[in-house]
Amino acid sequence: MLELALGIILGCCALGAGMAMIAGIGPGIGEGSAVASACEAIGRQPESKGQVTSTMLMGCAIAETTGLYALVIAILLLFVAPKILVGVLLAAL
Amino acid sequence: MEKRSKAFKSMDMLYLAMIILPVVCAVALKVLTQPPSDGIEITGALIYFVIDMPIQKLYITEAQINSWLVLISLFGLCLFLTHGLDVRNTTYRQRVAEWIVEKTESLVKDNMGEYFKGFAPFIGAIMALSAFSSLLSLFGLFPPTSDLNIVAGWAIVVFILITYYKMKCGPLNYLKSFCEPVALLAPINVVSEIATPISMSFRHYGNILSGTVISTLLAAGLTGLSQFVLGWIPVIGDLALLRIGLPAILSIYFDVFSGCLQAFIFAMLTMVYVSGGFDMDLYFRKHPEKADDYEEYIGDYGDYSETYEDYIDSY
Repeated sequence: MLELALGIILGCCALGAGMAMIAGIGPGIGEGSAVASACEAIGRQPESKGQVTSTMLMGCAIAETTGLYALVIAILLLFVAPKILVGVLLAAL
Repeated sequence: MEKRSKAFKSMDMLYLAMIILPVVCAVALKVLTQPPSDGIEITGALIYFVIDMPIQKLYITEAQINSWLVLISLFGLCLFLTHGLDVRNTTYRQRVAEWIVEKTESLVKDNMGEYFKGFAPFIGAIMALSAFSSLLSLFGLFPPTSDLNIVAGWAIVVFILITYYKMKCGPLNYLKSFCEPVALLAPINVVSEIATPISMSFRHYGNILSGTVISTLLAAGLTGLSQFVLGWIPVIGDLALLRIGLPAILSIYFDVFSGCLQAFIFAMLTMVYVSGGFDMDLYFRKHPEKADDYEEYIGDYGDYSETYEDYIDSY
């Protein structure tokens, strides 16, 4: 019975981490469209390349934030949560 | 250029030692205290020692020690760059120092406006600290910025600054700003206010940490792959030959590019939030005497821009 409980805890942590990273789709699409627009802008006005590039990097980094929230959740689920949850289970027994 | 005196050179050596020794110390500490581990594993910062405090135990970790060592190293770098400043015989290092100061000041002036000119040292310091902390991973050390505690500390400092500049027009105005555009939205405004430091710290820490995790996973994967492919050769099979090269290319992105970019973005967001939180028109309407001081303060700059326009027109 204990083995089953441990298996469910570990498996659900891994599943949760994988599902959390679905959030990576959003920043991917967002950064892609940002870079596409930056390429268009540079094509139209090559002399503004420096400013467009730095603004694009800034925007990309901010768009990345939601993905990073998901990453932090996934890392917590993989490396921190199993220990705590197993500890809770063993303490309850 | 005239010969430097012996005292000058010895001071130079002292400053150079101040730059290099902290890194050597950090490497030595890491080698001495690293617990033996089989294979590759992902862990947080090592806890060096624990101090008993009244409310809670104070853990002194690798991240804190490393960030103090980076501070000492940066202090040494500043002393070294500004040693022997001269008006005429400019040395190479003086030109580097002047370039850094000028770039930081123009960045702050462009993004925050003339009123916040005094912020340049703070922005430069936060950028240098963040960038060099992230670059510490090039020495194989634990980068302090991949620990949430360190970055959250910086974000809280920035949050206090933002709140101070919002409070400058009076506490009542500060409270009223939460009821914009309608009073019904006050809870959401409070949440978005608190989200500022959280998102700043999570963005910085998540970027550096993700680089560390991906590099470690890649190294582990390449070890397995080289054992699978080359394992049948007697001596070469144990060496994990495939780990040579590829992690270095990733490290250029994750350690160098990402670290410097995050430092820039942290500083940029600090500038945007602090200058965006300050309502300058309202402040000058409430304190007219301050507005006069301010006009005197930027007077030189205004004259300069006019003469510059004349200069452009003359062509």
